Amino acid sequence: MSMNLMQQVITICMVILGTIITRFLPFFIFTSDRPTPKYVQFLGRVLPSAALGMLVVYCIKDVSLFTGDHGIPELISIIIVILLHLWKRQMLISIAGGTISYMILIQLIF
Amino acid sequence: MGKRNKIKKAFCAAFPHTIPIFAGFLFLGIAYGIYMNVSGFSPVYPMLMSFTIFAGSVEFVAVNLLLGAFNPLSALIMTLMINARHLFYGISMLDKYRGTGLKKFYLIFGMCDESFSINYTANIPNDVDKGWFMFFVTLLNHAYWFFGATIGGVFGALVKFNTNGLEFVMTALFVVIFLEQWMKETTHHSALLGLGISLLSLILFGGENFIIPSMLMILGTLTLMKKPLEKVGVCECQ
Repeated sequence: MSMNLMQQVITICMVILGTIITRFLPFFIFTSDRPTPKYVQFLGRVLPSAALGMLVVYCIKDVSLFTGDHGIPELISIIIVILLHLWKRQMLISIAGGTISYMILIQLIF
Repeated sequence: MGKRNKIKKAFCAAFPHTIPIFAGFLFLGIAYGIYMNVSGFSPVYPMLMSFTIFAGSVEFVAVNLLLGAFNPLSALIMTLMINARHLFYGISMLDKYRGTGLKKFYLIFGMCDESFSINYTANIPNDVDKGWFMFFVTLLNHAYWFFGATIGGVFGALVKFNTNGLEFVMTALFVVIFLEQWMKETTHHSALLGLGISLLSLILFGGENFIIPSMLMILGTLTLMKKPLEKVGVCECQ
């Protein structure tokens, strides 16, 4: 390893610092004792749904559509999750069903 | 209701929500520990890093940072970019984390994707203390992640069964949470925008770089649509 212990510690501290900044910044800027600006309140209402959508896409970011299995196992498994959830609306059943399907698909079929 | 009872009740309400994360984090944590193990790091590294950083994706990147040349500034910038999505979570949680006392610091520190999505969407029963509920969701997630990373770091080389594909548990979790949110809201403009813009950005910029452009585009589009969105009455969500 090219880094010495001190350099490793500093690097890890930078990662800790970066993570803490991204998590604390909004709370630091918009403290409880001052009213939150209207625009930020608006964002607080509309951002969550958009952020959850972005998170779903974030999960499939490493799927390549044009090589390998073209993301077909992911697509099938996501559809299974959605169908299971619309049918039973039991979080654990939907998640377990989709994950097991995915494991079978990539281990045995694709 | 005594304080002890209140805390116990919140724990019992929170635990079932974290079961999928238990499976996911144990697996991802083990994978992370193994990765550190095969990269030549002692188990102390994944243990300390999973405890202090508690942000899955950036910890995997941190392995590469540690193996490369010493460059603290680029480590910081890299982390800020990967974790920028937390800014959205923070803005979304400003109200929900309000009035949780000292626990607030830990809630914010532990606001990873999973903690955010559960704490934002969970229907917490009225007789359960919201602050403690969210605290235990965060704490349990943190514990699973630490536990997985430690197992992976210590026993990394011994894991033999075919776990290929188990990582999909996280994708499935977020799809379900997205669906739950979808069923709860009256209009879907924002959800569709988030999904569509992120997909577009992923196609345009690729998996490595799509987060920042999609955040900027989401922010821009939502701002431009502020008037019409307020007119159709975007969901107040609980």
